[in-house]
This record gives sequence, structure tokens and C-alpha cells, in this order.
Amino acid sequence: MALLQISEPGKSLAPHQRRIAVGIDLGTTNSLVAIVRDALPMVLPDPEGRELLPSVVRYLPNGRTQAGFEALENVVSDPKNTIVSVKRFMGRGIMDVSHIENTPYDFVDEPGMLKLRTVAGDKSPIEVSAEILARLRQLAEDSVNDEIVGAVITVPAYFDDAQRQATKDAAKLAGIEVLRLLNEPTAAAIAYGLDNASEGIYAVYDLGGGTFDISILRMSRGVFEVLSTGGDSALGGDDFDHRLYCWVIEQAKLPPLSLQDHRKLLLSCTHAKEQLSQNPLARVHETLADGTVINVGISQAQFFEITQNLVAKTLVAVKKALRDAGLKVNEVKGVVMVGGATRMPHVQRAVGELFGSKPLNNLNPDQVVALGAAMQADLLAGNQSKDDEWLLLDVIPLSLGIETMGGLVEKIIPRNTPIPVARAQDFTTFKDGQTALAIQVVQGERELAQNCRSLGKFELRGIPPMAAGAARIRVTFQVDADGLLSVSATEQGSGVQASIDIKPSYGLTDAEITRMLQDGFASAKVDLLARSLREEQVNAQRLLDAVQTALNSDRSLLSAQEQVAVEQEMASLQGILKEETDSAILRKAVDHAAKATDEFAQVRMNASIQKALAGKNVAEI
Amino acid sequence: MANLSASDDYFRFFGLDQQFQIDLSVLDRAYLAIQGEVHPDRHARGSDSEKRLAMQMATLANTALQTLRNPITRGLYLCKLHGVDAHLETNTAMPTAFLMKQMDWRESLDESAEDLASMEVLMEEVNQSKQETLADIAHAIDGAKNYERAAELLRGLLFIDKFAIELDDAISALL
Repeated sequence: MALLQISEPGKSLAPHQRRIAVGIDLGTTNSLVAIVRDALPMVLPDPEGRELLPSVVRYLPNGRTQAGFEALENVVSDPKNTIVSVKRFMGRGIMDVSHIENTPYDFVDEPGMLKLRTVAGDKSPIEVSAEILARLRQLAEDSVNDEIVGAVITVPAYFDDAQRQATKDAAKLAGIEVLRLLNEPTAAAIAYGLDNASEGIYAVYDLGGGTFDISILRMSRGVFEVLSTGGDSALGGDDFDHRLYCWVIEQAKLPPLSLQDHRKLLLSCTHAKEQLSQNPLARVHETLADGTVINVGISQAQFFEITQNLVAKTLVAVKKALRDAGLKVNEVKGVVMVGGATRMPHVQRAVGELFGSKPLNNLNPDQVVALGAAMQADLLAGNQSKDDEWLLLDVIPLSLGIETMGGLVEKIIPRNTPIPVARAQDFTTFKDGQTALAIQVVQGERELAQNCRSLGKFELRGIPPMAAGAARIRVTFQVDADGLLSVSATEQGSGVQASIDIKPSYGLTDAEITRMLQDGFASAKVDLLARSLREEQVNAQRLLDAVQTALNSDRSLLSAQEQVAVEQEMASLQGILKEETDSAILRKAVDHAAKATDEFAQVRMNASIQKALAGKNVAEI
Repeated sequence: MANLSASDDYFRFFGLDQQFQIDLSVLDRAYLAIQGEVHPDRHARGSDSEKRLAMQMATLANTALQTLRNPITRGLYLCKLHGVDAHLETNTAMPTAFLMKQMDWRESLDESAEDLASMEVLMEEVNQSKQETLADIAHAIDGAKNYERAAELLRGLLFIDKFAIELDDAISALL
């Protein structure tokens, strides 16, 4: 007889009640998906047992796409249509990408974000990333044999708003509900902190394939508090490969290479770099298309010397982050190493010397981010008991500001402010009868707007016509827990609070997502109607679940009459959910039910605050 | 709507008395207790309105914490609660003695910007002046309830603080 599995009382939900949420590390070089199973996070391997999915997508002339290992095999033979390191292009224009001339692609410059010209048409980095995410989602669904309720997707802490928005859009395109965008170093801290029960100040040094992040955190029982963060969203292991490549070209006195030869030699250099992490010597040995044989040896010492400046660049960012946190190096209890590029011995050594302690690297640096993301996903899905929950307090990595007269930047929200955060700023009109104004929002630390990253123009329309300077327009900049900005505005000078429509110039609209889906995304034929109905059904079910949970625990906060009203609303939505096949009608019903339960949500939130303050944590003072 | 009115008073929001001298560890604990309830991560599976509300309340908790944690913003906030506007943008009038001291400091900074030891001596002096001003503000608010006087002292403290930041920049440039 099979043994029945029973969980400890109050510890976790019975297996069939567990909601499965995954953690995804969408990396520059490789991507991974992980879940929590039996209270332990684990990376999900593909059917061949491989845990890392190369972040490579290839477009074929017949409209099909390949991703992962299949695509990687064609990097050399079909360089223009095989996209590697697409993460470097997310939310970026051509001018923003450093060393873009070293890539083999044909770019199309578009306002906001570049596109890549392939045999299958022009592809946005969002679409390319969505192909990778869709593969990971499939892999996860196949291995748990169940539906995934959502995902925590990691992003470099130093990603700006446009890069974060692009990542979220890619997930949406891949049909993934994003529970949270989580900063990579913070994810690593969760994996380490909960494993090692660490307390005190820790630094997370995260050198990935294409990005570098440093975060300083305070860890205490159940709380992860990010004190400061810094880095370079365009510095990573790729740059070490490229540096070695240039050195080999110099040593072998080679003329500029063809695209195929370039890719071939670069792969060889990557391999040699990895060898040098284990061995004192490595050799770059390659035969080019015209028969030229390259055979160059390199020692560890030589490699360290030619890449020393890249390591030094990371240390400058580390010092800046410490200063932002108001801390000295000796106050840091330990430094956690994350990312495959931290395997390089001279990186380990330089970081160890700076902090005066041996870096922590007992978890696999390729996996640690995905593992932490899986743990956070499990928490957000509601699978942890109240006593085991932890709290994550993160910050905005780059200052948000607006462009003022003369191209100067007025900072609205300084970097390292805890999120979510909101700031209001008042504006007025310049001319009589003016009904619109545009606000240029920028992100970065420089004083001139042109040196910061432009997040685009927010256009305010529908201002009531008044004399110049009479309008009082309050613009609120809200950054949510994903680090994403939204802008709202009201006109207050006329005495009437008029909300104003704001159109951001970046991020995908629903219409664009629909078009991308129709354009044969992920080569699978997507039934759009079925997809949107499914989305609404998920929304409706989520609302029903949320209200049921609320009623179960806090029914007493409502009067008998209110309870009946809420229950009737829910019953009515339940009925519509069962029968309705038109997504628009279902959406209306969800909106209606949501409005009817808004007040209940508010009452509960207030009650929980009162309870928290009255709790013994605060009273025991 | 029991507690939303508390958004008008950050002290009440954290269950604290309205005063300048507060125990920061009590503030931090109250903040964490509230975030533990309202943070969006606690409501990730909630309805859209619950999520929106969680974001608003967590935003409020962060704004309130930042306002109260820093003595300058805390003091200015207390003045505002008592109807005294410090007029930071327009009122820059300062007592002559104060201005003279400021000029002395700036001169020292310009003259010995390369000399770490004298920079550190200066930093000590600035910090001491800051502590004295803080004590005066505590007395003006918690003791004498003189918010006009407190606002004046706070304007001075802003100058001192700004200088301390410049000095700190100069010192770290030497390290």
C-alpha cells in the first residue's frame, strides 16, 4: 500500500492545495527555472537533465524559432538570425548599448527600444526574451504536471525602469503572470540568508554574463532590508571574453574577421577563459574559414593582467554602494558571490582583499538567483505559514527626476529610496488657455538630462483652460514594489479635482501584445480568444479566492448586512464565471464585484495595521 | 475608515507620541510590524483593489518612516503639524554669528582640502555644532512648544547638514 503524505499541522498546505509558482532567472548567457518542492528550492532540469537553458534564440526562414541548446548550435553558422545576450538590448536604444559594433546583428533603430532584423522579420528584444521565457514555462509545466499560477522573475538590481518594463512585457507575452520582479542580488541573499541563518550586514557581489550588481543588505530575523545598490548594467563575463578575443587578435596579428569567424573565435575565447579558472594555462586553438590556424597560449597571470581594469571597475561600484549605505568595509560581515563570472580566481581574490574576508560561495553561483526567486515565488503564492514568512524591503537603484528649464534634472526620488514610494510635484501652465503639457522623466545620477536615461515623455492632456500660472497640476510619481514607475496627475487650481490622462512613451500596450501574438510568437498557433478568456477566468478566480480568504479570517469586521452583500456579489460572479464564454462580459463582472468589495479590503488593511501595532513586538518596549 | 486619517499624522500612524525626541528603535519596530502586514508581497495573490491598497499603505509607511527617521524632516514635519511653515525656499535670513561661523568653515574647507587630519578636526566641530542644534530643537519643540523658534533652528541645521555632506565628500575623496 502506498504511504500517504501528511504535512505538519499549520506548516504548509496539503500538496493538492499548494499553488505552484516558479522562480525564473532570465540571464544574459543562461536562464533557469526553479520551484520549491518539499520546502526545498530546486532548479528544474530539462528532459535531458540540463539545468541551464542557453539564452539564445534563432529565427528560421519558415517562421519557426529555436531556443536554448538547439539555437546555440547555430551561433557560428547563422550569426545574424541567432540572438545571444539579448538581455543587453532590453529597454535600450542603439545609442545605449556599449560595443554594439562587436555584435553581428542588423539593428533597426526605433524610438525607445531597438529591434533586430532577422529572416523572420524585425524582432524586439521583448519578443526574443519572451521566446526564452515561454520555453522555461513549458519546462516547468511539464515537470510539475500542473498549471503555474505565476512567476517571480529576476532582474539586475541596477536595471532602470525601461529595462524592468521590458522584462515584464516579455513575461506577459509569454503568458506568464508576474508575481514580482525581484532584484538578482536580493534573490541570492534570500537563498543564502535562509540557508545559513545569517544576521548582520552582507554584501552581494553579482557578476553575471552581461551585468554587474552590488547590493548591501541588512539581514535580521525574517527581514531582508536592502540598504543600497549599485553596479553597471553593461559589464559582465562577456566583456572578459571580448577582452581576451581582442588580445588573441593582436597576438596572432589577424585582420578583421568575418561574422562566422568572429563568433567561432569568441566561443573559443570563452572556453579558454573558463579553463583559466581551473588551470594555470589555456590555449585558443581554432581554424578559420580560409584555413588560417590560430594557436595562441595564455597564462592565468596574463589573463588577469589584461582584464584587471574590468575587475577594478566593479570595485569602484562596490565602494560607492558602501558609501551610499553609510557603511565602512569592516562593518560588512560577509560578501556573497553570485554569477558564473565570479568563478574567475582574480575576481574572488580582489573582492576578498577589499572586504578582508573570504567570499561566501558555497551555493552554486549559476543557480543561487533562481533558487532565491523560487523561494520568493513560493512565499508570494501563499504557501508559507505565517511564522515562516519573511519580509523583503528593497530600494530604487537609480534616481528618478524630471527635466526642467535648460535641460537640468530636478530629482524627484533619490536612488536607494525604499520602494514602494511616491512623490508629488506641482506644475503650472506657461501660457493662457494651455490645455496640455509634457513632462520628460529621466533616470540616473547626472545633473544634465541628456546624460541620464530618458524614460520618455509623459503627456498631460485635458487641463481646463485658465490664465497662465493659474493651474495647479499635481503630478504623482509612484514606484511600485517591482521598481516600476507610473505617473498620475490631477488639476487642483480650478477647485475641481480633474484627473488627467497620461500617456507614457514606452512599455507595450495591450494592442501591441496582441499584434505580437498574432505575428506568430513562439511559433505555436495561439488562440487569442481562448487566451483572453483564460486570463479573465484566472482574474475572476483570484478575486473569488481573495474574498473567500478575507471572509474566513475577518468576517467579523463587516456588519451582517455587509456580509450578505459581499456574499451575494461573490455568488453572482461565481455563476457568471461558470457559464460565461465572452471575456469582455466576464471582465465587467469582475470589475463590478471588485468595486463591491473594495471597502472590505480597506477595512481589513486598517484592522491589520492596528493589530500589528498592538502586537507584542511593539508593546514590549 | 479607522486608520486612514492617520496618514495625516505619521506619529499616530506608528503609534508614537508627537514629539521631537523619539526612540528610533521603537520607530523601526513599528515600521517593520506595519510593513509585515501591508507590504505588497503580503498581498500578491489578493484582488486588484487589495493590491493597490497594499501599495498605497506600504508607500505611506515608507514616506512616514523617512520623514520621522531624519531629525531635520522630523522637526520640519512637527512644525508643519502645528501650523508653522519653515519657508525654506524664501527665508534664508540667518543670525550674523551663524553666518560668520559658516564662512569660517567654508574657508577652512577650501584652504585645507588636501589635509586629511585638519578635515577630520573640522568634521568633529561640525558634528558637535549639529548635536548642539539638535538639543536646542528638542528643547524648543518638546519643552517650550515654540515652533517658530524650532523652524529657525531647523533652517540653520539644514545649512550645517549641507556643509557636513560637502565635507564628507572632500574627506572620502582623500581616502
